[in-house]
Amino acid sequence: MKLHFEVPGDDFTRAGEASGELKRKLKRLGFDPDVVRRAAIAMYEGEINMVIHAGGGVVDVEILPDKITIILTDYGPGIEDVDKAMQEGFSTAPDNIRMLGFGAGMGLPNIKKYTDTLNIKTEVGKGTVLTMTVLTNKQA
Amino acid sequence: MTVSEMANELNLETLVRGDQDRLVAGGYAGDLLSWVMARAHEDDAWFTVMGNLNAVAVAVLVNVSCIVLTENATLDDDAAKRAAVEGVFILRSHESTFSLCAKLGNLLQ
Ligand SMILES: Nc1ncnc2c1ncn2[C@@H]1O[C@H](COP(=O)(O)OP(=O)(O)OP(=O)(O)O)[C@@H](O)[C@H]1O
Ligand SMILES: [Mg+2]
Repeated sequence: MKLHFEVPGDDFTRAGEASGELKRKLKRLGFDPDVVRRAAIAMYEGEINMVIHAGGGVVDVEILPDKITIILTDYGPGIEDVDKAMQEGFSTAPDNIRMLGFGAGMGLPNIKKYTDTLNIKTEVGKGTVLTMTVLTNKQA
Repeated sequence: MTVSEMANELNLETLVRGDQDRLVAGGYAGDLLSWVMARAHEDDAWFTVMGNLNAVAVAVLVNVSCIVLTENATLDDDAAKRAAVEGVFILRSHESTFSLCAKLGNLLQ
C-alpha cells in the first residue's frame, strides 16, 4: 500500500496530521504496537523538521508486510553538516519555535533510534530527502 | 492506579475527559517534545507546561495515559478540541511539576 501526504510549510498546527493518519492506518492493518509507535514518531519528527526548517514538503510511505518505508522530500535550505545535525542537542531552531517545545536537537537522533535504516541525501540550497525504513518483524 | 484515581489523589482539575479507567503505570516530566518522544513510555502520566497542539500530537504518538499541565499552564483552545477528538485526557494543577511528581512517585510505590 502506498500513501502520499503534502506537508504545508506555513501551518504548524497541521504538522502531525500525516503521521497521525499513518499511525491509525498501521494500527488498523494490525501491525505490532511497537512498530506502529516507532514509524509514527519517526515520521512526525521528519514532518516537523520539514515545517520548521524547510518550508514544508511531501511524504511518501510504502507499507509492505515486512517493511515500512517513509520518504520525506523538501526543497528547503538543505543541511550543511549532517554529522553535526545528527548529534543530540544540535539545533538551529529559532526562539519562537523553541517556545512551542521544539529545538531540543533530538529529532534526527530520535529518527535514527526508532528506525532500522536512515539515509539522508541533502544539498545546501536545494533540499533534503530523508529515507527511513522500519522492519515489522513479519514474514513477507 | 487509574487516571481518575490519580486525579483525585493529586487534586487535579479535569480539562478534557478521556478514558478514566486507563492505567497510570509511571510518570514522565518534560517540556521539550523530542525529548519526550525519546524517553517517555506508553501509559506514563506526562507532566508538562506545554498545552499546545503539538503536545497533544506527542501524547497520541507516545500513547501516554494523560497530560498533566502543571503550574496552572494554559491549554490552547485548538489543543483542547484536538484532545477531545483523539481521546487524550488532560488534567491541570497549580502545583509545580516537582511537587506533583514527588506525590505520584509515592502513590506508585
Ligand atoms: N529538513 C531539513 N532541512 C534543513 N535543515 C534541517 C532539516 N532537518 C533538520 N535540519 C537541521 O538539523 C538540525 C537538527 O535537527 P533535529 O530534528 O535533530 O533538531 P531540531 O529540529 O532543531 O529540534 P527538535 O527536533 O529536538 O525539536 C536542525 O536544527 C536543522 O538545522
Ligand atoms: Mg527536529
